[in-house]
Amino acid sequence: MIKTAILLATEHMSILREEDVVPFRYRVKECAAGIKMGLVNQTYLITAASELARNMLKYADGGIVLIETIERDGETGIRLMFKDQGPGIEDVGLALKDGFSTGGSLGVGLPGAKRLVNEFEIASEPGKGTSVTIIRWANG
Amino acid sequence: MERIPILRMGQFLLVTIQIDLYDRLALDLAADLVKTASKTGARGILIDISAVDIVDSFMGRILSNIGAMAKLIAAETVVVGMQPAVAITLVELGLPLNGIHTALNVEKGMALLRSKIAGIAGETDPNND
Repeated sequence: MIKTAILLATEHMSILREEDVVPFRYRVKECAAGIKMGLVNQTYLITAASELARNMLKYADGGIVLIETIERDGETGIRLMFKDQGPGIEDVGLALKDGFSTGGSLGVGLPGAKRLVNEFEIASEPGKGTSVTIIRWANG
Repeated sequence: MERIPILRMGQFLLVTIQIDLYDRLALDLAADLVKTASKTGARGILIDISAVDIVDSFMGRILSNIGAMAKLIAAETVVVGMQPAVAITLVELGLPLNGIHTALNVEKGMALLRSKIAGIAGETDPNND
């Protein structure tokens, strides 16, 4: 379970078309640069964000992302919460395995995104939707 | 409709990606490249991604696909100028960029393409992949 943190800023963006992914990535990059996150960590975060946004489009026809700047134990970071109302994931454990895909892709997205962030949480209920929360700390 | 321009330089096709690619644009680029390579009989494709901040699994797959498709019509593909942060992220993501060669910059990429083609033409390079 992801621990609570102090919320410094919050906004949300809708990801409903593939064209929405680019401005979304751009906004995440701006937020990450705003807390002086290093370039490699920024790239990790944006890549993970891109994978998850793409998943939402592909499997759930899109959804909403909360972009938050947070602070916990003196560390600042970016927290992204992806929420969709798609079909959900039947076996989350399996979906997190490298090389597993129901969508005919490489099966890199979800496990890869998990590796690229400091904290990762996924909750899914078949028929109701999926929510994924990731955190990348500025100096994590 | 927006499109990434493809430049022809002798036997090679040159593409510089200067904007953040959304999916449709990337797919169109792959199709355009292979069509153009086939039409012009190009022997090599050079893709400059030095201005690209992020390569996710979709983009990586497109690059691999371009390499694989080009190979089928006897052209080699070189991706040049990958930013270090992008390279680090790709490895962490676990994305194998199969089917493409890489070089540090356009100049080295061109040299690599020339050597690949010379190798194939003379059939002196049995280790070529």
